Amino acid sequence: MPTVKGDGMRGLAVFISDIRNCKSKEAEIKRINKELANIRSKFKGDKTLDGYQKKKYVCKLLFIFLLGHDIDFGHMEAVNLLSSNKYTEKQIGYLFISVLVGASNELMKLVIQSIKNDLTSRNPTHINLALHCMANIGSREMADAVGSDIPKLLVSGDTIDSVKQSAGLTLLRLLRASPDMIPIGEWTSRIIHLLNDQHMGVVTSATSLIEALVRKNPEEYKGCVSLAVSRLSRIVTSSYTDLQDYTYYFVPAPWLSVKLLRLLQNYPPPEDPSVRTRLTECLETILNKAQEPPKSKKVQHSNAKNAVLFEAINLIIHMDSDPNLLVRACNQLGQFLQHKETNLRYLALESMCLLATSEFSHEAVKKHQDTVITALKTERDVSVRQRAVDLLYAMCDRSNAEEIVGEMLEYLESADYSIREEMVLKVAILAEKYAVDYTWYVDVILNLIRIAGDYVSEEVWYRVIQIVINRDDVQGYAAKTVFEALQAPACHENMVKVGGYILGEFGNLIAGDPRSSPLVQFQLLHSKYHLCSPNTRGLLLSTYIKFINLFPEIKTSIQEVLGSDNNLRNPDVELQQRCIEYLQLSTVASSDVLATVLEEMPPFPERESSILAKLKKKKPTAAPEGETKEKEHRAIPQAQINSSETSAAPPAASTTITLGGSSAAGGGTVDLLGLEPTPPAPSAAVSSGLNFLVDVFGDQPSSTTNGFDSTFGSGSGGLTPGAEENYKKFICKQNGVLFENDLLQIGIKSEYRQNLARVGVFFGNKTTFQFTNFVSDLVLPGNLSSALSVQPKPVDPTVDGGAQVQQLFNIECKDEFSEAPLLNISFTYSGKVQRLCLKLPVIINKFLEAAEMNSEAFFTRWKALSLPEQECQKIFKAQYPQDTEQVKQKILGFGLSILLGIDPNPDNFVSSGVLHTRNQQVGCLVRLEPNKQMQMYRLTIRSTKPSISQALGALLETQF
Amino acid sequence: MMQFMLLFSRQGKLRLQKWFTAYPDRTKKKITRELIALVLARKPKMCSFLEWKDLKIVYKRYASLYFCCAIENDDNELLTLEVIHRYVELLDKYFGSVCELDIIFNFEKAYFMLDEFLLGGEVQETSKKNVLKAIAAQDLLQEESEEPKGFFEDFGFMTGN
Repeated sequence: MPTVKGDGMRGLAVFISDIRNCKSKEAEIKRINKELANIRSKFKGDKTLDGYQKKKYVCKLLFIFLLGHDIDFGHMEAVNLLSSNKYTEKQIGYLFISVLVGASNELMKLVIQSIKNDLTSRNPTHINLALHCMANIGSREMADAVGSDIPKLLVSGDTIDSVKQSAGLTLLRLLRASPDMIPIGEWTSRIIHLLNDQHMGVVTSATSLIEALVRKNPEEYKGCVSLAVSRLSRIVTSSYTDLQDYTYYFVPAPWLSVKLLRLLQNYPPPEDPSVRTRLTECLETILNKAQEPPKSKKVQHSNAKNAVLFEAINLIIHMDSDPNLLVRACNQLGQFLQHKETNLRYLALESMCLLATSEFSHEAVKKHQDTVITALKTERDVSVRQRAVDLLYAMCDRSNAEEIVGEMLEYLESADYSIREEMVLKVAILAEKYAVDYTWYVDVILNLIRIAGDYVSEEVWYRVIQIVINRDDVQGYAAKTVFEALQAPACHENMVKVGGYILGEFGNLIAGDPRSSPLVQFQLLHSKYHLCSPNTRGLLLSTYIKFINLFPEIKTSIQEVLGSDNNLRNPDVELQQRCIEYLQLSTVASSDVLATVLEEMPPFPERESSILAKLKKKKPTAAPEGETKEKEHRAIPQAQINSSETSAAPPAASTTITLGGSSAAGGGTVDLLGLEPTPPAPSAAVSSGLNFLVDVFGDQPSSTTNGFDSTFGSGSGGLTPGAEENYKKFICKQNGVLFENDLLQIGIKSEYRQNLARVGVFFGNKTTFQFTNFVSDLVLPGNLSSALSVQPKPVDPTVDGGAQVQQLFNIECKDEFSEAPLLNISFTYSGKVQRLCLKLPVIINKFLEAAEMNSEAFFTRWKALSLPEQECQKIFKAQYPQDTEQVKQKILGFGLSILLGIDPNPDNFVSSGVLHTRNQQVGCLVRLEPNKQMQMYRLTIRSTKPSISQALGALLETQF
Repeated sequence: MMQFMLLFSRQGKLRLQKWFTAYPDRTKKKITRELIALVLARKPKMCSFLEWKDLKIVYKRYASLYFCCAIENDDNELLTLEVIHRYVELLDKYFGSVCELDIIFNFEKAYFMLDEFLLGGEVQETSKKNVLKAIAAQDLLQEESEEPKGFFEDFGFMTGN
């Protein structure tokens, strides 16, 4: 028995020895049950136990629990220990509570009472016990009961350092349990200033708390940025002797450095230039230190040093603004790729994935392609190889896609089973995304099926069919290639499915070659039939009926198969039904009807690959979307987008009676793909034949991700919620963000000269995935088309992840107008069509040109416009602070001049402008009188045209 | 933030468990079983980091004991290795060349030490001196408050144990 530290509870030590000496599990259980019975009788017995005994028994129970046995008594005794005056009894009581008592336990009220008592103790060790208990099991109930006392402890000058440290992290725990409990106002700055505390331990603990607070309320806590930077700067420039015991293996304060670097990842790069420079210097120093010779050979030294380095690189990637730092980071990671430490290679591959997504460092990452491919082939640890796969996926672009896909395919042959499915998905996505030549794409997918057929999910082979059907340049090649692939003596069932489907559609394209004549094709497919699952057989039967249409000459051979006993009386109802119906169809229907029913599949509506969705589902971290970036986005009020399934609006003009047709032919349900054993309600299929197939290929409509409202809204007519507020902001400015949600940011840059406008609309894809079918149309509602003439420039139909595309409109104002042009945007993201309808901020006042005049001229004109209808007057309450400078800026932004020395009251604004349209020019005079006491304005506008006065009045009224 | 820390032997016996977030007991047992099997199956020289569900596992073996931490995605793996190392150093200093048995027989001390070092899943105090000072202060209180018990009573003979 080893020595027991401190006082030792010898009874406990003896018991533990006993347990360890048990020769069998049974003996152990027997010993434990004996002990439990003994403890139970002690607790129930008449003799009152003293504190020591209680402590000992509670500790034994704890040990039994930790061995994995259930404990259903002793809780009360543990709670009793909490009110003991003896430190060790209290301590064991709290330990038992922390390990064994859940937040929902009915004893929690008593526990909280004890915590309250201990928090007010004069003995700091008692306070710390109570804090540790809360930090371990803190709940909402605790937060409500004592939460408000903790901030005081944390910042009070009377509190000793060790209590401050515990209080900081206790508060953090309570905050997690009760997120609404954010200390603000007076506490904010005192908590932030803990970053300046002299005691490094206090700073270490406070930094974690501050980061949690920052995540909840970045604005309130943004003062921490400069303090964190200066603290960090002091650490990285200190020598390792400066920080004494906070230096860890010659690395100054690595834990605090990492926490500070993480804290800074919650904010954009500092705005203050001096803070920013200082931070850049810190990051450079950290990168420089990585190049210095190590101060120790111990792994702890290099780990601590590199931990700081990796966190610094994370911050560099997060800021994504300094190309120099990004490239240096990339080079540093490049060195690690060949380091002898597996851990470093792993982390370097992981971090490089993020660098690959930055425009500044993508090319620098690509330089390491060969090293990464070698890693994929030679690393002995599958988790490292997995990282290499991730990185290859992230660094892939059009220039290296063939090589990377080729290497991944090659590796797939020997890849670990655990990562095959994910690799298959990645290869399929890359091949599709970067295919220039679709024959290459077809080859890649068929290779995937050949090499790793079992891991090729439905999404992958659905997708290849979808693409082949939509691209007629590749159909013949696809037919030829699948035909060849099917000739292998053993081919995967997925190959039979793809082959069956493609030959059924495009077998005619290769039928001219006697080596692949109709009969040969049919026999080849049918030779696989008996080895396949019912699902695939169903698909093959559909291929056969299509063959009857394509190749009437082999009709009898096929009818024989359909009519065979084995098929007509197949125990599988689906197969039996198909055979009966197809046989009937082939005999009853004329060749015209047959040709109509079995016409070639219409193209699938373009949509984002469902494979991507699958990959995302499989591995939420696969898409290297910066976590922190997401956090920022969360703060932006979410505008909603009208999204709809494509199926909600099927292309109407499709004469193909795919499935709906077959219900007429016998009430059956026949899907030509044969994917669903029980197809959805036939009535739906009749009304829109295409729906069904679309649904098969699409995501389930149930998932409304990103908090998008999947209601279709009122179609293109309905304005997207949130669009109107932003539109109003453009009345007095030319540039800015018009719309933003989780997927997309739309910015506007516009220039006006007299009656001409150039409006640039910038669409930024905020996701890491491509938008496809991107369409942006400008609609001029009502008679707007007679007032504006618009020349839109086309916009690229695909927007890559993270990319921005611009659409330019040249606009001429011919006549006055009041309505706004509508921008209808639609695109496919994650298999769903997203629609937006926004007002383009082309507003009548944009065509105003400021005019200068002296007092005399102004009054002459003012008096000349004296007809009541020429004047528009508004009296309204101020919506914004009545700040002279801001009002001035708004008037100038509106397009008017500021005329000085005209109004005797210097607080009033007098302005003028000329409105330019092609047909006329209208002079306008404006007077705005603020009343600061009443917080009101009086606005008067006079112009030659009453309608212009009214229109400008209505616009200006909303701005002050 | 660290989610939990497990200490287990090469034979797969759990020696210490510290959970920084609340899980039901059944889940804890399941996680423990799964992770012990996962980590024990790994060969030496393999990477010390693993992706596991939506967490990252960082583990390291010291003699017969495995130390295994689960951290969140944005936590620093390398530094977590050093959290383990610092904890081992603390135990080592306190027990004087720590071994598995010390942790078995003094599990409560191992918990107290951990509370001084990590709190709420975050590093609280990285100075070895300060942590040991705090533990020494606890021991001092213990000695003051305890009256020595008779040998027989402790063995339970007096109370018919």
